[in-house]
Amino acid sequence: MSDQRKVFELKNIRKVYRNEGREFIALDDVSLDIHEGEIYGIIGMSGAGKSTLVRTLNRLEEIESGQIQYFGQDLASLKPSELRKVRRSISMIFQSFNLLMQKTVIDNVMIPLKIAKVPRKERKKTAEEMLKIVGLEDKKKSFPSQLSGGQRQRVAIARALAANPKVLLCDEATSALDPKITEEILELLQEINRTRKLTIIIITHEMSVVEKICDKVAIIDKGKLAEAGDVKEIFTNPKTEVARNLVLKGDGKDINPYDASNPGSRIVRIAFDGLSANEPFISNLVEDTGRKVNILSANTKSVGGIGFGQMVVELPREREDQQVVLDYFKSKGLSVTEVSA
Amino acid sequence: MDAYLKAAIIQGIFETLQMTFVSSFFAYVLGLPVGIILYVTAKGHLFENKAVNLFVGTIVNLLRSLPFLILLVVMVPVTRFIVGSSIGTWASIVPLSVGAVPIIARMVESSLNEVPSGIIEAATSMGASPLFIVFRFILPEAVPSLIFGAAINIATILGFSAMAGAIGGGGLGAIALQYGYYRFDKVVLWTTVAILVVMVMVIQESGSILSKKIRKT
Repeated sequence: MSDQRKVFELKNIRKVYRNEGREFIALDDVSLDIHEGEIYGIIGMSGAGKSTLVRTLNRLEEIESGQIQYFGQDLASLKPSELRKVRRSISMIFQSFNLLMQKTVIDNVMIPLKIAKVPRKERKKTAEEMLKIVGLEDKKKSFPSQLSGGQRQRVAIARALAANPKVLLCDEATSALDPKITEEILELLQEINRTRKLTIIIITHEMSVVEKICDKVAIIDKGKLAEAGDVKEIFTNPKTEVARNLVLKGDGKDINPYDASNPGSRIVRIAFDGLSANEPFISNLVEDTGRKVNILSANTKSVGGIGFGQMVVELPREREDQQVVLDYFKSKGLSVTEVSA
Repeated sequence: MDAYLKAAIIQGIFETLQMTFVSSFFAYVLGLPVGIILYVTAKGHLFENKAVNLFVGTIVNLLRSLPFLILLVVMVPVTRFIVGSSIGTWASIVPLSVGAVPIIARMVESSLNEVPSGIIEAATSMGASPLFIVFRFILPEAVPSLIFGAAINIATILGFSAMAGAIGGGGLGAIALQYGYYRFDKVVLWTTVAILVVMVMVIQESGSILSKKIRKT
């Protein structure tokens, strides 16, 4: 993927909010690259700075220092009229949809085209095409208030696509939706990414969103970039505490893996990809080494289109036995991470 | 009730309607832009400008705190200049319009403030110009609230128009005062008051119904 063109190149971004003499550092020395065609996830707890970060990409927020390049062009150097033009190529969807409630669905979708001064007849044709993509062509005369949350987000996506953008920014776009609708919206985004070669940047606090559709992920913690890279890499081998927490706990919807039978016993997480997932390695472990482990939680997920499994196990009590088990896992090429209970 | 009184009341109804709606029209022609200016120049808004906001805001507040009866008197030379006379229905339209501008401006400002900031953020992210955002995003979204506010404003102007009767304006207010109050004719007094009450209720209710009907949220 790295041979692709860079859409965004962020260098040492810093953003400070000042309020009544008090300072809040929202972004601190954040650098990252986003390439064409990627689905790039930016994840972090609420208040971590991820929403601020995404808003610096279309200059809804100005940065204090650092540089943001958009296709090699310095965003800060743009004049207001140039900035407006650039913004037309960077669409955005929101958690609260932000549709015009007094306008029909099709009028909403036509608005970006009106801004781009596209003739009326063409506006209508394009808007109808966009509604077809999101599967709402029969709702064009409806008002947003007559639609469900999922449908409203689809209208917002149609509106975002209308001006034929190069990038789509999604700010917690699925956070107000239930899991099933979230799934559908994510599938739609994935499809759009594939068919239209659209670069998508997704802000979320849910690891499941990243796991499902992102190629790359950046983890933001207290305004700093904790970790960034391939989703698969970070999922199997999280290096920082924040990343471990996100990967392990997921959304809190997973089984809580911290109920060990003995308090103070050693707990590890093993992650395996689609290949080793077929091997019954826990039974093999028992057969080959005679040591047992206690499975605290286990599940499989699809990460970036590849099946991944993870398991949290409690190791035997004796140090010696623990080492045997760990060596066995490593010999099988599994990624092992210590879990601090 | 004598026939000539009945005729006077009927004419009074028309005069009151005329004063109310013509004044409302002129007051909106001035008040709507002033309200928009107050909104867009406020802190954090599209054309944030502390000086303009403070200047316009102060004038609006001054005019609003001036008792309407005083304004009627103060405006006499201006009215004479515009209409050529300081008494009659048309003459009272001038101070009525001026007196309503600050009320309308504040009402418009408050309606525009109800538009969620997310809409403006979305519009900005689409690359819309600030003027486009005001006229194509904010104002259309505020229409139901603007209409509801208009009903309140027109009812207020109707009340003011009755007051204008005290200094030579026409309409039901003048009849209530001259035939009712000064001549101790309680029937005329209460008839005119009742008609005014009904008119206010009709204006307010139609405004509410219309606002509800076009509100799509």
